[in-house]
Amino acid sequence: MRSLVEEHGPLMFHQSGGCCDGSAPMCYPDGELRIGARDVRLGDVDGQPFYIGGAQYERWKHTRLVLDVVPGRGAGFSLEAPRGVRFLIRSELCAVE
Amino acid sequence: METMRYASPNTEGSLVHYQSRYDNFIGGELVPPAEGRYFENVSPVTGRPFCEIARSTERDVERALDAAHGARRAWGKTAPAERARLLNRIADAMEANLERLAVSETWDNGKPVRETLAADLPLAIDHFRYFAGCLRAEEGSLAELDEHTVAYHIKEPLGVVAQIIPWNFPLLMAAWKVAPALAAGNCVVLKPAEQTPATIMLFAELVADILPPGVFNVVQGFGVEAGKPLAQSPRVAKVAFTGETTTGRLIMQYASENIVPVTLELGGKSPNVFFADVMAEDDAFRQKALEGFAMFALNQGEVCTCPSRALVQSSIYDAFMELATARTRAIEPGHPLDTGTRIGAQASNDQLEKILSYIDIGKKEGAELRLGGERVTLPGELAEGYYVAPTIFEGNNSMRIFQEEIFGPVVSVARFDGYADAISIANDTLYGLGAGVWTRDTHTAFRAGRAIEAGRVWTNCYHLYPAHAAFGGYKQSGIGRETHKMMLDHYQQTKNLLVSYDPEPMGFF
Repeated sequence: MRSLVEEHGPLMFHQSGGCCDGSAPMCYPDGELRIGARDVRLGDVDGQPFYIGGAQYERWKHTRLVLDVVPGRGAGFSLEAPRGVRFLIRSELCAVE
Repeated sequence: METMRYASPNTEGSLVHYQSRYDNFIGGELVPPAEGRYFENVSPVTGRPFCEIARSTERDVERALDAAHGARRAWGKTAPAERARLLNRIADAMEANLERLAVSETWDNGKPVRETLAADLPLAIDHFRYFAGCLRAEEGSLAELDEHTVAYHIKEPLGVVAQIIPWNFPLLMAAWKVAPALAAGNCVVLKPAEQTPATIMLFAELVADILPPGVFNVVQGFGVEAGKPLAQSPRVAKVAFTGETTTGRLIMQYASENIVPVTLELGGKSPNVFFADVMAEDDAFRQKALEGFAMFALNQGEVCTCPSRALVQSSIYDAFMELATARTRAIEPGHPLDTGTRIGAQASNDQLEKILSYIDIGKKEGAELRLGGERVTLPGELAEGYYVAPTIFEGNNSMRIFQEEIFGPVVSVARFDGYADAISIANDTLYGLGAGVWTRDTHTAFRAGRAIEAGRVWTNCYHLYPAHAAFGGYKQSGIGRETHKMMLDHYQQTKNLLVSYDPEPMGFF
């Protein structure tokens, strides 16, 4: 992430849904995706904001998301893809709902 | 059934020998990327690279758009009979190379050659023929508004269109988008998925002698470097995208900057509903329904309409699941180039990791793992490939594995108690692309099919993708329809000529 920030400046994440590369987090230069009224900011990762769509948040909110990175190839317009890696979400159950 | 193994590409006796490196296909020629960079293309069958692919940037996109704009006026004015003839020639060229393209598709994507031979290629070929036929039969309309005034409605091409396609059916998804766009008289700049860029280059070689230069162009590379400048370009009249929701939002956002239309296909979490009467007889239909359950393993589950939520009526649940589990257990990962293999490799390492992460959260949420649930390591050259055992979870619809498309061979099964409960669970999802309904009762079949909020409800069948049946999503699954002649409207403007043949002045001024 630090090298992505060096190359692109501040970042943002948005959790995708649907198929293909859905269910995977997308990483963009901050402000690239227009954040809508119903998007939920889940928190920050190393100072960079992480969002999810409101409807999807309702169905995911009982889980804690862990942002990981694995070797991989591509996904939408996510910034890390040309480096041969891919951000990945791992999940834990929240202890208290 | 007798089976055989196709030789792996780039080995002796194989139908496919790749070049070591592939450039872009622009203006009918192979053109190196402006920055001279390439990326390694890995086969999921072995986990090893087998060719290099152009890593394009905005300059390459611009070059492709130059070529497309150079060709668009002549192509748009080419007579429908001639455009249709060329589409038919593309189909013929693909058919003559069916096995070779099928083997390549298997090597690039990981899916079993049994499927590429029987589904991907025949469907893609038919798609060109279908739109060639639609084009010949298409006509505008004419209305007499009054005695002296006639409104003509004439279809005109949009011009140059951008198409960004996914990796799960690389050549078929190209055919779904390219055939109607070309039929409608547009020129195309296509950005294939960076996971599966190879077979489209074999396709480009085939069509180079058929289509006029610039009508069809391929720009390879990563989404952020090549797809984004294409989607943002003010020189495209339309953007078509198949993928997922966040990128779909971005595509719409970019299109809003240029005020151009989009069509989006963004996947789903399709319910497959089994009513109790499927078990009423021990007959062929029961076997068909069980096969319908196992369809979640088709294409390793990497299908936007994967029937990844099976809903089974409580009264038959135990008996049905026993048979369905046995049916699924027989689907074992194997060499994708073996014609007997029924499930191949997942398309990429990150895809494999994502599937495993979902299996993990499924267990943590308390879903019952009934079958599979693990990576499979195969011997020999397959040892580093990305194989997953078909997996059955039992749980409830609020679990994450019931709500997000895993895009792997994982089905999540829940029970329901009666019709209303079935429809309620089926519709409790953000998506609405596909669905399946299985019953012997015609009233139930039609009622359920109409009540489920999805663009395609397979009724007593699943995973059929014939041309001339419209495909597309409700809810967050997207906008627009594919695989039907109405698709021509998505790629055309309507010109209205409002003609008066009254010689008298109107009398206003």
